[in-house]
Amino acid sequence: MSDSFTASDLLQTTINFLAVGGLYALIALGYTLVYGILRFINFAHSDIVAWGGWIALTVAGWGGWLATGSPAFALPVVLLATMALCAAMGVTIERLAYRPLRKAPRLNVLITAIGVSLFLQNVGLLDKFFGNRPTTISALLENSVIATIGGVQLRLFDMLTIGLTVVLVLVLERLVYGTKMGRAMRAVAFDERTASLMGVNVNVVVSVTFAVGSALAAAGGILFALRNDLRMTADSSWVLLGLKAFVAAVVGGIGNVRGAAAGALLIAFVEVFVHRYVNAAFPDKPWVGQLQDIYVFGILILVLMFKPSGLLGKATVEKV
Amino acid sequence: MNLNTCLRYAAIVAGLLVLGGCDKGKGGGGGGGGSGGSAKPATGNIVIGHFASMTGPQATFGISTDQAIRLAIKEKNAKGGVKGRQVELVTIDDAGKQTEAATAVTRLINDHKAVAVLGEVASSLSLVGGPIAQKAKIPMISPSSTNPDVTDVGDYVFRVCFLDDFQGWVDAKFAKENLKANKAAILYDQAQAYSSGLADYFEKAFKEMGGTIVTKQAYTGGNLEISSQLQSIKGAGAEVVFLPGYYSDAGTIIRKAKEAGITAKFLGGDGWDSEELPKIAGDAINGHYFSNHYAPEEDRPEVKNFVANYKKEYGKTPDGLAALGYDAALVLFDSMERAPSLDGKALRDAIAATKNFTGVTGTFSIDENRDAMKSAVIVEYKDGKQMMSARIEKK
Repeated sequence: MSDSFTASDLLQTTINFLAVGGLYALIALGYTLVYGILRFINFAHSDIVAWGGWIALTVAGWGGWLATGSPAFALPVVLLATMALCAAMGVTIERLAYRPLRKAPRLNVLITAIGVSLFLQNVGLLDKFFGNRPTTISALLENSVIATIGGVQLRLFDMLTIGLTVVLVLVLERLVYGTKMGRAMRAVAFDERTASLMGVNVNVVVSVTFAVGSALAAAGGILFALRNDLRMTADSSWVLLGLKAFVAAVVGGIGNVRGAAAGALLIAFVEVFVHRYVNAAFPDKPWVGQLQDIYVFGILILVLMFKPSGLLGKATVEKV
Repeated sequence: MNLNTCLRYAAIVAGLLVLGGCDKGKGGGGGGGGSGGSAKPATGNIVIGHFASMTGPQATFGISTDQAIRLAIKEKNAKGGVKGRQVELVTIDDAGKQTEAATAVTRLINDHKAVAVLGEVASSLSLVGGPIAQKAKIPMISPSSTNPDVTDVGDYVFRVCFLDDFQGWVDAKFAKENLKANKAAILYDQAQAYSSGLADYFEKAFKEMGGTIVTKQAYTGGNLEISSQLQSIKGAGAEVVFLPGYYSDAGTIIRKAKEAGITAKFLGGDGWDSEELPKIAGDAINGHYFSNHYAPEEDRPEVKNFVANYKKEYGKTPDGLAALGYDAALVLFDSMERAPSLDGKALRDAIAATKNFTGVTGTFSIDENRDAMKSAVIVEYKDGKQMMSARIEKK
């Protein structure tokens, strides 16, 4: 196993870690944004991710870009169109399912979110929508080698995932901390009632939040689909992906944008690095590697035990 | 507010319809299909049940099998049916889920009064259906569940395919003798009994033949961010990677492995047999192998007739699961003709007495464990097409 601990292996593992972390971060941001504003967990978020992947496939099909040799502008077009469609979808879901329950107990909204999730999963299975067979979107873009450093091939999908995540997180930072809308979002998150008394249109702020969160989820969905092909909308792999991103948001401190990114990196670090090297250290014990998901959720338990508000979360006193 | 409430109810109702509406069954019990007990009328259609994953991640398995069974029934009915009665198939979709498989078998037996049940492809689902058929004393024939535990359920559960211990041995033999590999890695789906079982049998056989397993890695089906597993395999220097997963995962994994720079040959089990696999894997699939039940270009009259008729009916080459579905139906018809009546007990005894039956997948007998004793083929992918590479006889 001496091969396992070379510098090039370390570099490859680092790239894997950053790519997986970026993917989780894009999805975790949606959970954290909605929680920050409305104080509820949007269980339908992972389904927006799944729909993002499938909508991208549909859009690429419309453009005739599902054969090899698609033009270079295909991906940006598909990406922007899918993000816009998913943003509209997120706003619509909030308008129809969550807004009528704004004043209802939080449990009602939570159960509604589960209902929305099941609805999206099963509607997506219909032949009129995406169907019930796994498929691939890989013809949209070839996962070509961009550069080779120290024997490690830098692949397009990994670089795209990392690059797109960095760009989108910076844009989000700018939105939340540098614009009037961002100030309104923070004001509503801090105290919805007072914010609305100060002239902030809460409904608009909530709609924008859902649009932004869903657009990020769509980006995550497309990247996931490019990397791992597409499973049906009701497949458990989407739920697991959403769950890990949610854990990332909680570990980082739910409601905190930078926390979600930090949490995602921590989760990905545990998943990729610990799995890679702990596993390699015990070549005769394959069960060590089987515990991959347990390491991730173990982190959640540790954080909840010692810093329940999350790594970057503020300790708050529960209002009674 | 009223509109919203209406919409919400509409959403809930639609959701329930979708959840509950997966039954692809053809109508009810079909008239006098049999009212059970000794007063069973000897007229009317004979109902055979089929539970299969017509949707879900293993959808092509169920669809292929179902199409082949329907072809077998069509041909049989054209020749006058069984015991002078027409045969009718009721198929219930289990979507590849264990809970739905249990419901499907119960409904086939109780609601549709099936005299026998065919299914499933996935071993984990046959293990759910088997005990229900056993309890109702209705014979069940699994066309293609290869996990050894499947027929251990009881004396009413049969199969017409080979077992995973044999299949694992076949793959190990091919890796060692034909591919001349001494170092093998294993990458298996820890959530599938089929995959982990096959991985263990391959490991045992390969070690007995003097080979080394350099690393054994696990993944969970559908969760394919497995870069660290692939890196471990690459680092371990394997000449062959045994990947006994289902096609939907295998296709993606083979593509990712090629991108990760793994040059070893991949070798899989019959779970790879799907027209979707080369679509998902793309060019990366070429030069890799899997063990299977039959090869469509084999030069035998049974194979030629079946392939020609299936192509005529459905416009595509039948896969191994179709061949097994067809053979399962033929074994059932043969047993029905031999059985004195279509009672569960009489039919069970007739199936158990099947000897030297020649079908599409070869000549086989049902042994005392209710399993089929037969040989296997190794198929290679060349230019995205399946080519027969070797036939490996039983030990």
